[in-house]
Amino acid sequence: MSYLTLEKVGKIFGSSSVVSDFDLAVERGEFVSVLGPSGCGKTTVLRMVAGFERPSFGSIRIGGEDVTVQPANRRRIGMVFQAYALFPNMNVRDNVAFGLKVAGMDRRAIAGRVEEMLSLISLGHLAERYPYQLSGGQQQRVALARALAPRPKLLLLDEPLSALDAKIRVSLREDIRRIQRELAITTLFVTHDQEEALSIADRVVVMHRGRADQIASPLEIYNRPATRFVAEFVGTLNLFDAEMAQPGVLRFAGLNVETPMALTCRADEKIVVGLRPETLSLERRTEDDLSVTGTMLSTSFLGAVIRAQIDVDGRVIRLDMLNRGAGRLPPIGETVELRFSKHDLLVLSN
Amino acid sequence: MKRIAFVPAAVAVVAAIFFLGPLVATFDFSLRMVRGDLTLEAYRSVLSSEVFLGALAFSSAASLAAIVLGALLVVPTAYWVRLKLPRLRSLVEFVSLMPLIIPPVVLVFGFIRVYGSSSVLPLTTSEVGINLLLVIGYVTLSLPYMFRAVDNGLGVIDIVSLTEAAESLGASKLRTIATVIFPNVRSAIVSGAFLTFSISLGEFVITSLLNRPGFGPYMVRVGQDQAYQPAALAIMAFAFTWVCMALMEFFATQRPGTLKVPIRFPKFMRRNVT
Repeated sequence: MSYLTLEKVGKIFGSSSVVSDFDLAVERGEFVSVLGPSGCGKTTVLRMVAGFERPSFGSIRIGGEDVTVQPANRRRIGMVFQAYALFPNMNVRDNVAFGLKVAGMDRRAIAGRVEEMLSLISLGHLAERYPYQLSGGQQQRVALARALAPRPKLLLLDEPLSALDAKIRVSLREDIRRIQRELAITTLFVTHDQEEALSIADRVVVMHRGRADQIASPLEIYNRPATRFVAEFVGTLNLFDAEMAQPGVLRFAGLNVETPMALTCRADEKIVVGLRPETLSLERRTEDDLSVTGTMLSTSFLGAVIRAQIDVDGRVIRLDMLNRGAGRLPPIGETVELRFSKHDLLVLSN
Repeated sequence: MKRIAFVPAAVAVVAAIFFLGPLVATFDFSLRMVRGDLTLEAYRSVLSSEVFLGALAFSSAASLAAIVLGALLVVPTAYWVRLKLPRLRSLVEFVSLMPLIIPPVVLVFGFIRVYGSSSVLPLTTSEVGINLLLVIGYVTLSLPYMFRAVDNGLGVIDIVSLTEAAESLGASKLRTIATVIFPNVRSAIVSGAFLTFSISLGEFVITSLLNRPGFGPYMVRVGQDQAYQPAALAIMAFAFTWVCMALMEFFATQRPGTLKVPIRFPKFMRRNVT
């Protein structure tokens, strides 16, 4: 049985349903990211697990125990907030010690555990500082140490990196993952940033309109998105309207393509096919390459990658190519052949 | 640039004359009890009066009780409204401003009617009951200031996240209020306490109509048949209030790391602060 399970969990605020039929099973020690746009219900899911919101339907179990109606302060959950939420009247040491004092540990044990936590986040030298004397990244590290100090059953992270600048975000993200692995603590991480979610988690839950559209490994989410929403939300995608010309043959962009995967669509049913920008090429790679003709609209230099925008029958298609230093880019306005393999096609329900 | 700097300076000078002028004049008058000489005779006369000391002690005790009761009433209310009932905040703020609209004389007659000898709770029939009514009256009068000070203090900190952080660490609501919320709004409470104290100490209408031996009625009585002593009393009351404020400020900011909360009142309320 999974360590954390949410079964048919739903939440209604007033007359609007924010989360519905949400199922999730997280194994002990697993790191799961909940990814979705603003208002998709991901924070509400986290708050229900934390005990700050009571589900309108369904049940939540942690370590086999039903905690659906248990108050937040009895759940033994460590939580890190977007706004740090360090206690301004306490210094770093007292902040980290707070949960231990509440648990009634004796002084010496508290002091030892606080030192251990501070060395885990490498901030032992700032123990006497107050929150307002720390940078955002340091505050969030302290918040992490404070959440972990009482040895919680579960670690919940509510967009903990959103308020930080790009470099600190990456380094703290790596620290969170390192600490999570060291302590083998079951973790739920909520974010709207797909790069964050994909890079840090064992599994990703993509939420859309209060439901989990797909729960899978980061690779699977990116390479085999289950729905059009997942495909569009995670990464960049070129979409083409398509239809089944005959069983096993898709028609789109003037091409008839034998599908490599089994499709259960009816003939003439409208479907959508997607192609990631990095699967497109201006050069022929194999004999089986398919191609469509387009016109170069613009190119933008993104460092390691050059992104080209190409007009194909009035639709703007994005193409990414690795910047290999040499090589000529077609000038703007030139007609180009856009090539791809049928194996890279993502067939999505509309 | 110089012209721009001149205007605020001129405003400051005019304001200083406006506010300090009467104070200086009263102080000067209080020193002229002995004809042709500047002495502290009026002060000596006041301080040697046992009635004065009794009135001051009584009003101080009632004011301190009002501070404690006011803080116990306002802090949890303002906290709960911000945490759980944010939609009701404007209503609660309106209710807290009611004492500015209802004159104290209406309030005290309301008290006498509701808690009179023929009521279910006849507080006016005993000395303790009347004192309690007096304290409640002071709390009511200072409610607009206490509530606004505390509410501003709560507005500076993110009480929702702090409360949730404390709860996730196992703390009960009571522990959260005592160890997280209260220390972070301490300077706001102290500001409210100071205002409560300064309003209550010289309060006349409620104290007089409830027939209590307070400082306000004493000052009026002295003013009726003496000339220099009331001036000395006014200066002493002023100095006393300022000393209290300085002490409260000192105690409030003792611990490092405490947020200092500047309280901001709307203009219409500032003139009512005595």
